[in-house]
Amino acid sequence: MVPGVNGELVRARGLTKRFGDFDAVRGIDLDVRPGEAFGFLGPNGAGKSSTMRMVSCVSPRTDGELTVLGMDPRTQGPDIRARLGVVPQQDNLDFELTVRQNLHVYGRYFGLSRAHVRAKAVELLEFAQLTDRADDQVEPLSGGMKRRLTIARSLINDPELLLLDEPTTGLDPQARHLLWDRLFRLRQQGVTLIVTTHYMDEAEQLCDRLVVMDGGKIVAEGSPGELIARYCSREVLELRFTGEHKDVDVHGLAERVEILPDRLLLYTDNGEAALAAVYQRGLTPVTSLVRRGTLEDVFLRLTGRTLVD
Amino acid sequence: MTTTHRPPGTVAHAPSTPVAAWLVVEGLWTWYRRNWRSSVVSSVLQPVLYLLALGVGFGSQVRPSAATDGLPYVQYLAPALLVASAVQTAAGESTYPILSSFKWQRTYLGITATPITAHQVVAGQLTWIALRLIFSSVAFVLIAAALGAVTSAGVVLSLLAALLTAMAFATPVVAYSATVESEGQQFNVIFRFIVMPMTVFAGTFFPADQLPGWVQPLVWLTPLWHGTELSRAAAFGTGELLPVLGHVLFLGALLVVGVRLSIRTFVRRLEV
Repeated sequence: MVPGVNGELVRARGLTKRFGDFDAVRGIDLDVRPGEAFGFLGPNGAGKSSTMRMVSCVSPRTDGELTVLGMDPRTQGPDIRARLGVVPQQDNLDFELTVRQNLHVYGRYFGLSRAHVRAKAVELLEFAQLTDRADDQVEPLSGGMKRRLTIARSLINDPELLLLDEPTTGLDPQARHLLWDRLFRLRQQGVTLIVTTHYMDEAEQLCDRLVVMDGGKIVAEGSPGELIARYCSREVLELRFTGEHKDVDVHGLAERVEILPDRLLLYTDNGEAALAAVYQRGLTPVTSLVRRGTLEDVFLRLTGRTLVD
Repeated sequence: MTTTHRPPGTVAHAPSTPVAAWLVVEGLWTWYRRNWRSSVVSSVLQPVLYLLALGVGFGSQVRPSAATDGLPYVQYLAPALLVASAVQTAAGESTYPILSSFKWQRTYLGITATPITAHQVVAGQLTWIALRLIFSSVAFVLIAAALGAVTSAGVVLSLLAALLTAMAFATPVVAYSATVESEGQQFNVIFRFIVMPMTVFAGTFFPADQLPGWVQPLVWLTPLWHGTELSRAAAFGTGELLPVLGHVLFLGALLVVGVRLSIRTFVRRLEV
């Protein structure tokens, strides 16, 4: 393993991507360390995929510094890509080949021998639970199976760094949990993961450390727990009233209050105590719910509640 | 590096350009092995049907004359039909399959995430098209020989002429296909308004000098006419140095331009 200046697998300073006069990524700094699972969170159009494509050495950077596995993608792209695994947002499997042929053909692109690729494919089919379908054509497989095959394919070269762009978008809960399980096993084997997602539960499940991107910039960075502590509260009390929520006076009952059209959110370290205080004030909510603060709260606070597209 | 002692072939690395291009061919071959039947029908059977219907059937009504270089029509037709069929196969191979690899199946995007570069993808894809052309052209020549339509060993040079012509046509079309973002309706324009008129008028079935004078300059611009002239000259041993040189230069120039344009459009679409 050839580490970067301080042992990082990915190091970016002022990394920028421009398409015409649109700034997709506006000068971000990143350090991904060996063995960690690093996440990019952000709404659509935040610049996550553009960043991922630069790190996977398929998209040249417009400006800034970038080293991946200690090398410069501009001059050593093929050497870097030989040691990366890439799971793109949209599958690009060869639908007219069998599951096994997809692995064979792809493995050969990494300069691996036929014998090695054949043996590796058997192992990966097992890992992705696709052994039963090994000799079936890819086209009719379910979305979850195709996704598992794409992940299996990305591992054919025993990558040191695995890049996953929205790995579970569009999958049913069973398929998502199976994928998370497989990714967890990879982490245990020491593979470094970089994941983009807009599922908060996925980020909490998978990532040791993450950054939140919005409008091409990094707006927050930390572990899921740190981010919740910094931008949210331990618990959240959700209240619904009949009538206008903006007329309800809950001032002083929580560290922060958010008024939504259909409910009130009270950010507090003790939800039950806050709820008791609400009743003491003579307020009678129709429904109330105490839950713990989540990354989703952090995300919405940092990137806003309005739709981006 | 901790991996140097592992046997070669078990360590991922960036292959050299010739190897990388060959690996792209290998991937396309894996697909072809499963899907060759339909392509054999269009690239081998169809030209043979033309040779039977027009060469043998219609040809039975044509008396050998100066217009047929003094040969039976089927022998006059075969070397030209060889080139025209290669160009048709080339048109098919350089349109939808290219668009699909960018847009529908996105296989090129998968390949360029590996150590293989966009340049090497172009090299592999063009090599594959050339191999397909060689295969279908050789098959056609063997069948034509069995039908008595081949006059001499010069047909081997006709094969080279067919390959050069078809690649000179394929490469600019490949370059264009790499820029198409729609569902490929434009390809019908290529088939109907370029390939079809070229096949009918560029000297395959009758000498182009039988056409009205104002059409002839248009015919001289088609790669098919140059290829047909070369192929007949080779098959009948009637080649003269200057015309042959001119045809080869024209087709060679088109090929070089087509390759360079293909590299440019592939890089532009894959490295963004």
